[in-house]
Amino acid sequence: MDETKGAAVVIVGGGVTGLSAAWWLARAGVEVLVLESGIVGWEASGRNGGGCTHYYSPLFQEEQRLWPQMDRLLGYPTEYRRFRVGVALNPGQMVRYDTVAGHAARLGFHSTRLDAKELRELAPPVSEAAVGGVFSHFGGHANPQRTVQAYAWAVQDLGGRILQNCAVTGIEVGGGRVRGVATTRGRFGCEALVVAAGPRTSALLAPLGIDVPLTPARAEMIVTAPLPAMALGGVDGNGLYGRQTLRGNLAYGGGPHEWLDPDGAWPPRRPTTPLLRNLARRLVELFPKAGHVRVLRSWAGVIENTPDGRPVIDRLAEPANLTVATMSSVGFGLSPASGKAVAQLVQDGRCHFADLSSLRLERFANLPRDWRERRGWVPPEPADGVAVG
Amino acid sequence: MRVVDEKAIDGKFPAVGETIDVLVVGAGDAGCQAAREAAAGGASVVLADENPLDPALMGLDVPLAFGGRMDGAVQNRERMTERLVLARPALAEAYEAGIDVRLGTTIWGIFPESAESRALAGLTVGLEDGRRCWMARARRVVLATGARDLMLGFAGCDRPGVIGARALDALLHRYQAFAGRRLLVLGSGSEGLRVAIAAHRAGVTVAGIVEPGAQAEGPAELVAEVAELGLALLTRYVLVEAAGNAEGVTSARLAALDDEGRVLAGGEREVGCDTICLAIAAVPAIELAAAAGAALRFEGTLGGHVPVLDEAGRTSVGGLEMVGAAAGVPADHPAAPDAWPYPERWLAALIASGGLEVPCCRCESVTRADVLGVRPPAYLEARSGPIAARDLGRLLADGPPNQDQVKRLTRSGMGECQGRRCREQTALLLARGAGVAPGRIPLASYRAPVRPLPLALLADDAETEAMRAGWDAWFGIPTQWTPWWDIGTERDGLGRDAGLGDTWHL
Ligand SMILES: Cc1cc2nc3c(=O)[nH]c(=O)nc-3n(C[C@H](O)[C@H](O)[C@H](O)COP(=O)(O)OP(=O)(O)OC[C@H]3O[C@@H](n4cnc5c(N)ncnc54)[C@H](O)[C@@H]3O)c2cc1C
Ligand SMILES: Cc1cc2nc3c(=O)[nH]c(=O)nc-3n(C[C@H](O)[C@H](O)[C@H](O)COP(=O)(O)OP(=O)(O)OC[C@H]3O[C@@H](n4cnc5c(N)ncnc54)[C@H](O)[C@@H]3O)c2cc1C
Repeated sequence: MDETKGAAVVIVGGGVTGLSAAWWLARAGVEVLVLESGIVGWEASGRNGGGCTHYYSPLFQEEQRLWPQMDRLLGYPTEYRRFRVGVALNPGQMVRYDTVAGHAARLGFHSTRLDAKELRELAPPVSEAAVGGVFSHFGGHANPQRTVQAYAWAVQDLGGRILQNCAVTGIEVGGGRVRGVATTRGRFGCEALVVAAGPRTSALLAPLGIDVPLTPARAEMIVTAPLPAMALGGVDGNGLYGRQTLRGNLAYGGGPHEWLDPDGAWPPRRPTTPLLRNLARRLVELFPKAGHVRVLRSWAGVIENTPDGRPVIDRLAEPANLTVATMSSVGFGLSPASGKAVAQLVQDGRCHFADLSSLRLERFANLPRDWRERRGWVPPEPADGVAVG
Repeated sequence: MRVVDEKAIDGKFPAVGETIDVLVVGAGDAGCQAAREAAAGGASVVLADENPLDPALMGLDVPLAFGGRMDGAVQNRERMTERLVLARPALAEAYEAGIDVRLGTTIWGIFPESAESRALAGLTVGLEDGRRCWMARARRVVLATGARDLMLGFAGCDRPGVIGARALDALLHRYQAFAGRRLLVLGSGSEGLRVAIAAHRAGVTVAGIVEPGAQAEGPAELVAEVAELGLALLTRYVLVEAAGNAEGVTSARLAALDDEGRVLAGGEREVGCDTICLAIAAVPAIELAAAAGAALRFEGTLGGHVPVLDEAGRTSVGGLEMVGAAAGVPADHPAAPDAWPYPERWLAALIASGGLEVPCCRCESVTRADVLGVRPPAYLEARSGPIAARDLGRLLADGPPNQDQVKRLTRSGMGECQGRRCREQTALLLARGAGVAPGRIPLASYRAPVRPLPLALLADDAETEAMRAGWDAWFGIPTQWTPWWDIGTERDGLGRDAGLGDTWHL
């Protein structure tokens, strides 16, 4: 491979967003090159809950349409499984499911209310205390780690190139257009650039005078040993998101996040904390019969967040050949659709299947400089304790 | 005034259950000594050791590969505690010296404060004693966690009776609860010769010590001792299969090897035994240090990945030190820093005799061929088509070998023993497949809890009101779940007030 050879479209970031965009472009016959500073999917894209149920997003319908086809389209398994069950341990939680079901119904997606008995038939380990739940005939989960690799391999099968261990250090602009990128492995020219670098998107674009307001945060999950498969893997509730994997493990997350310094080291350290005990507690509350199941691991991922919690998917006015895609913590499930949207923005300047006006960058034009402080999106004050050493 | 995001971690952890001045983890020789020294220096010291172990954990080969060869006595916790104390006089001495000795107490995680975990102060330590789980804050933690055994795969390695040398030693000497009678030892380095001698002295019949090479790996004096005791050293042999029945191993099938390490036709030999002991290498127990983020390096002559320590035994994590076998187990012979010659030779011999279709990761039924083929697990029924061509060679075209990446794809190391039985074999296979030294394979990650503990035990029973009140399934950003058609309307940003939040949005 000629490493310093550029491509028609260079994509910065080999997470699900960048890889899906590359795949859609490659499918359309466009020459693509993905530059990834680490290994594909090494950040949030390979460390998330795998949920694919974003009923509030303009990309939702396309997400739902595409997921059931992804294994076939990509040619590699994603472990996608459709449908979800939400468990309500109290009437208040039931109300929230009803709200969600109502929104989805408006788009033609159907849900069924479950009484306590029906719920336990579907998911025997669920608490006796559950008042009921909802079965959504939409949504689902996939295995993030398999999915990132599936995208990457599918890109290569279509002739796209992926260069790992190659960090982009600068974006070269001339005459109102991006001309190429400087990297730790040389310069790569391009006719169009996609920046899908997760939490690093801001740092990469700041030198161009483009402000993408993002704050990184750390979130944690736990996984248990396998237990007998429930009729449906996607059972969650009690303030947890997650799934029973095809293998039978319970993989769940939720609860408080830690805001990180936006100028902190990259790649980030991803420590876990005693939060795993709170996750364990919530999981036992949800599945009391699984109290004996052993926790095998906990892990953390670092996530990008915009001020309103919604993605930025936008082709900018200047430089005119630059497209930005950062997903604000809901990017895994949406990736089949977000990548397609990015590909259309790159090729045609607009997305043909969804109205992305709410995801434009310009909505943050009047953001106060201290927006992080105003929201409290700043790292914790150091806790006091005994001195170490 | 400082605004705090009520959904963020700030201020949500409960106060720790206790504060410890010096915590020593592991009450082997190294831990007992470290505890005595700290106490002599005037510190108040807690010396914790996970033994006697939960028998259910022993059954999972955690933390050592007990191979199901413990007898019923291990069910009696009190009796085991007595035996452990009798077996190690240093424990009684520590107690006399005013040290707070806690047996049956496991440290399952150490969480240091850092730029990415600022809600924690100093070193937060997770402890459990089988009934209770709690957190402590420690000023200084000394890890004296010892070592576990390198396990390699062969046909029948999942039968009861396949044990590790350190597990056997614990059952013989600390628990006096070894259920086997006839032992075959794999490996003739110090580990193997010592465990053979110890077993013989404890009244176990040693059927032989298997060595693929032309001569014993260990030092001359141990070789002489083995000869004196009349124990059979089977050089130029390797195991083919652990044969047996439901109760476990009944014999070992061996193959003779030629000078080049190839299997000699007609050189098979059957050795009756109920236990096959892997004594090829000891691997430092670095899991707590690794999960805490301490700097590590590979040093094959010290048993693999070991902590980077300063002259005082301090790791890169403030307040965290390491001593004893956990800091490195010296090999019998010098070697290049990246190499791990004796395990490499054993794996080569086992591949020569048993091929690739034998277990690597037993928990997840991953074979050596699956690792090298980067095959997805069989239950996905997705091994044909383009994925069949996506083997290690193809993956290496995209970047250097990475064990965590292969683990994600094959599940090797993802199981209930937390990778204790396959971690090194997987790394050695990747090194072979990539044609690089084992030291070039980045360490697969370790994570808390470093023992597989039940959900109900780990569950926080002291959850704070702030944790309850500020809990959300995701970030709790009020505008995040606004359906796109409501964006910009007065319904935008109502969050929970619009019946949204807390669950089911990802
Ligand atoms: C614990 C957890 C649970 C989650 N659960 C869900 C869920 O259930 N459903 C869901 O939809 N979403 C979930 N998410 C969010 C989701 O994972 C992210 O929104 C999504 O992965 C973002 O993908 P991305 O490709 O945009 O960014 P990333 O995954 O962050 O990828 C960006 C890539 O760019 C690379 N990069 C950065 N800088 C450079 C540079 N200078 N040069 C080259 N490369 C660079 C990085 O190495 C990285 O690989 C979860 C996240 C976490 C952490
Ligand atoms: C088979 C065998 C071969 C040997 N070969 C040699 C040799 O060649 N040369 C030599 O000098 N010595 C040898 N020895 C002796 C041995 O290597 C060391 O002297 C000694 O075992 C190491 O002492 P330690 O205190 O570091 O670890 P150990 O004696 O192993 O003690 C560690 C203790 O910590 C406990 N522990 C670990 N993690 C946790 C946790 N998270 N929470 C609570 N408790 C925990 C363990 O269960 C264990 O009880 C051998 C011993 C054996 C059994």
